Amino acid sequence: MMYPQSRVGTVVRRLGQALPVLFGVILATFVLTRALPGDPAAFFAGPAADEKSIAEIRKALGLDRPLPEQFLVYLRDLSRGELGTSISTGQPVSEELIRRLPASLELTFLALLISMIIAVPLGILAAINPGKLIDHICRILTTAGVSLPTFFTGLGLVFIFYYILGWAPAPLGRLDFAYLPPPHVTGFYLIDGAFAAEWDTVYAALSQLMLPCVTLALFTLAPIARMTRASMIQVLSSDFIRTARAAGLTNYTVLIKYAFRNALLPLVTTLGMVFSFTLGANVLVEKVFAWPGIGSYAVEALVVADYAAVQGFVLSMAIIFLILNLIIDILYTFIDPRIELGN
Amino acid sequence: MDQKILEIDNLTVEFMTRNGSVTAVENVSFAVKKGETLGVIGESGSGKSVTSLALMRILDTNGKILSGELVYSGVDLKRASNAAMYDIRGREISMIFQNPRGSLNPVRKIGKQLEDVLCQHGLANKYNARKKAIDLLATVKIENPTARFNAYPHELSGGMCQRVVIAIALACQPRLLIADEPTTGLDVTTQKVILDLVKDLTTERGMSMILITHDLGLAANYCDRAIVMEQGKVVESGCIKNLFLNPNHPYTKKLIRATPNKSSQLNQLLPSESRSSCTSYLEGSHQSASFNHKRREPKNQRPLLYIDRLTKEFPIRNQIFRLPSLMSFGKRPKEVQQVFRAVDNLSMKINYGESVGLVGESGCGKSTTSAMIMRLVDSTEGWIEFDGTDIGSVPAKHFARSPIRSKLQMVFQDPTDCLNPRFTARQSISDPIIVLGSLNSKRSLDKRVDHLADLVGLPKKLLERFPHQLSGGQKARVGIARAIALDPKLLILDEPTAALDVSVQAVVLNLLQELKCELDMSYLFISHDLNVVRLLCDRVMVMQSGRILEEGETGKVMVEPAQSYTRDLINAIPHPPELVPQ
Repeated sequence: MMYPQSRVGTVVRRLGQALPVLFGVILATFVLTRALPGDPAAFFAGPAADEKSIAEIRKALGLDRPLPEQFLVYLRDLSRGELGTSISTGQPVSEELIRRLPASLELTFLALLISMIIAVPLGILAAINPGKLIDHICRILTTAGVSLPTFFTGLGLVFIFYYILGWAPAPLGRLDFAYLPPPHVTGFYLIDGAFAAEWDTVYAALSQLMLPCVTLALFTLAPIARMTRASMIQVLSSDFIRTARAAGLTNYTVLIKYAFRNALLPLVTTLGMVFSFTLGANVLVEKVFAWPGIGSYAVEALVVADYAAVQGFVLSMAIIFLILNLIIDILYTFIDPRIELGN
Repeated sequence: MDQKILEIDNLTVEFMTRNGSVTAVENVSFAVKKGETLGVIGESGSGKSVTSLALMRILDTNGKILSGELVYSGVDLKRASNAAMYDIRGREISMIFQNPRGSLNPVRKIGKQLEDVLCQHGLANKYNARKKAIDLLATVKIENPTARFNAYPHELSGGMCQRVVIAIALACQPRLLIADEPTTGLDVTTQKVILDLVKDLTTERGMSMILITHDLGLAANYCDRAIVMEQGKVVESGCIKNLFLNPNHPYTKKLIRATPNKSSQLNQLLPSESRSSCTSYLEGSHQSASFNHKRREPKNQRPLLYIDRLTKEFPIRNQIFRLPSLMSFGKRPKEVQQVFRAVDNLSMKINYGESVGLVGESGCGKSTTSAMIMRLVDSTEGWIEFDGTDIGSVPAKHFARSPIRSKLQMVFQDPTDCLNPRFTARQSISDPIIVLGSLNSKRSLDKRVDHLADLVGLPKKLLERFPHQLSGGQKARVGIARAIALDPKLLILDEPTAALDVSVQAVVLNLLQELKCELDMSYLFISHDLNVVRLLCDRVMVMQSGRILEEGETGKVMVEPAQSYTRDLINAIPHPPELVPQ
């Protein structure tokens, strides 16, 4: 039996259990960033600096102190909610992340939405017609989706839709120069634009989003469609589908109410995984479309050994993944009454 | 009364597989009259289920009706439009399947599933569907139907689920019910209750029924007429009494012989020609058993297995009290530890060379008992002594490495699921020898496996095959060979034949009897089938709710049970008519 209290309680307990994980992430990123070659002080000082000025900068940044001490200082800052300052941009890391994260999230969410709208029906159709034309189309599309690297499909789409056809705007960030970002509420331009009723901005943001989203969607199509197909095929061969058919239920009821509901569980798991890796790995797409997201931010920071920025990025991703997994676990209990939280 | 409701004429069904087409049903013809119950009898692979799926037109996509006529009340089922078939399914003809829990949508409330069917066929709208569904649940005698409406299948027992499936099947007052092995996998007492319920409801409504079963006892008790199918063909048909008393076809004779009844002997289950090889063992079996017994007695005063006041409790955790410790801060009262006693103060002993049957319905604790003897689970309290050694105090997680472990082996219920699908038969059999045995060289290992294959009658060429390339009986032999690989003293047989066809069951039971004499083993035979237990065991224990209710010589318990529960169990077994000895 499921009681709402237990659901709330489990959420709290799960968040509690996440604390050691977070500490592990903090420690690992701290050690790893320092293990990497590259000296932030040298970078900060610039090419013209001499040994002495680099040493001074190192001292100013606190990098001359022993590692355990640096770690304690970092922990103290974290407990105050400070992620430090990026040495390459000079901005506080938390501010940059807060500004850039919605850009990445907006891209990822919309891409996944497009991907699901195509992949789920495609997977279902392929599952009910195995070996038929639609199944082959599904297979080709998904194979192509994973085989083509995202920067390639991205560039291809830009070439066709911007350069040749001219349908898409220039792939230069989240908004065309002609528009001002809508007043900041959530950081999602589509939502903020709608709040402010600036429909022109919404349209402009959407047209900027279209190409990178399609690029990502093509890439994420494959796992979603394949998983939908596989789990639908499995569910459709189960006994209760036969019972439902024998009871005269129509195809639609059998497929949607009976089969798809049961096929959802592995699908949600896949979605969670796809979301995670898309959010972290869409750096190539961000580069191609000059998207000011966190992926490109992290890579730039990593190249110059920008400790604070890299640590902040990894920590925020870890928090997002933890929350995401929790949401997925809660979703399970809504989809499948046999699953209890916390077991 | 003689009006035919369903006529099947020369039905042939083919399945397209990777290796070409396979004819599953060939030229099958039969008719069902109004109000009668027709039995379709056959073992797995005989095409009995395919016939029913074909007439409902719900064959898998690779199945195809090749030829033949299917006429239901003047409707040509073969040529009817898909739309017409949707109306016929559930409304005119409906089905009950085996595996009741699997037959229900696991993520939908059972009441909603009933509503779906009612609304589909226009018998209810969204305002009265709930009430009608609850009425239906009451019709199939589900207690407290209003509360049960909101239950999910996993919250109900197998018997309850089957009632729900029956309610779904009968929701739209169909005129023909097809019951496809409706009680396979259910306890005998549940089986009787369920079939009596179906019989009552169908008789009440003047419905016809097709009862598909492999169990001749069931067919004999519930059918008016029956057809016998073998490999897709009808080999015999007729009135149920005639079929049993004067079977014509050799296959029917073989089936009838293989079905244990009240008085049959183990060796009678096999066809006479293949009987000779084991009768010698069997005739000597009682002698040798008692001989072994006597020989051992002075040496071993104690029995082989001695269990004293064994108890296993499982905690029932209550969700309400499972709030996180973070939030409780010690203020909350200590979690109320409720426990479920799966096994309750159970004492028993098994002597050297003895076969003991442990009988009870599902949930009575027999599997927990066997798991504790095998030291797979730790007991809560009690003493287990095996071959003079206290094994009860060895923690379950260390027992796998104990030298005694090899003397205790187990044969499991499902011969398919208990074999590693990626292991050949040879690998499966040699696995325990490699882990626990002392054979080091590859050659002596191979020799040992060959010998074991000989012992269980498994052709050597099958040793290199994977489980999916073996038949059910062959897989059962692999499972047995693996269990006897280390010369165990005690073999725990957990429903070893429950998943097998009757004719295969007869062979496996005989094999077990032979092996017991030959290898001087003791058996703990766990089963819900008293008839089978009677054939193999000297002594039987009847278990209910974790306790031994009754214990005694098998023959005595079967004939004059002391407890009413035992009597119910025995009476619930559907016996085929007594066979005239041939």
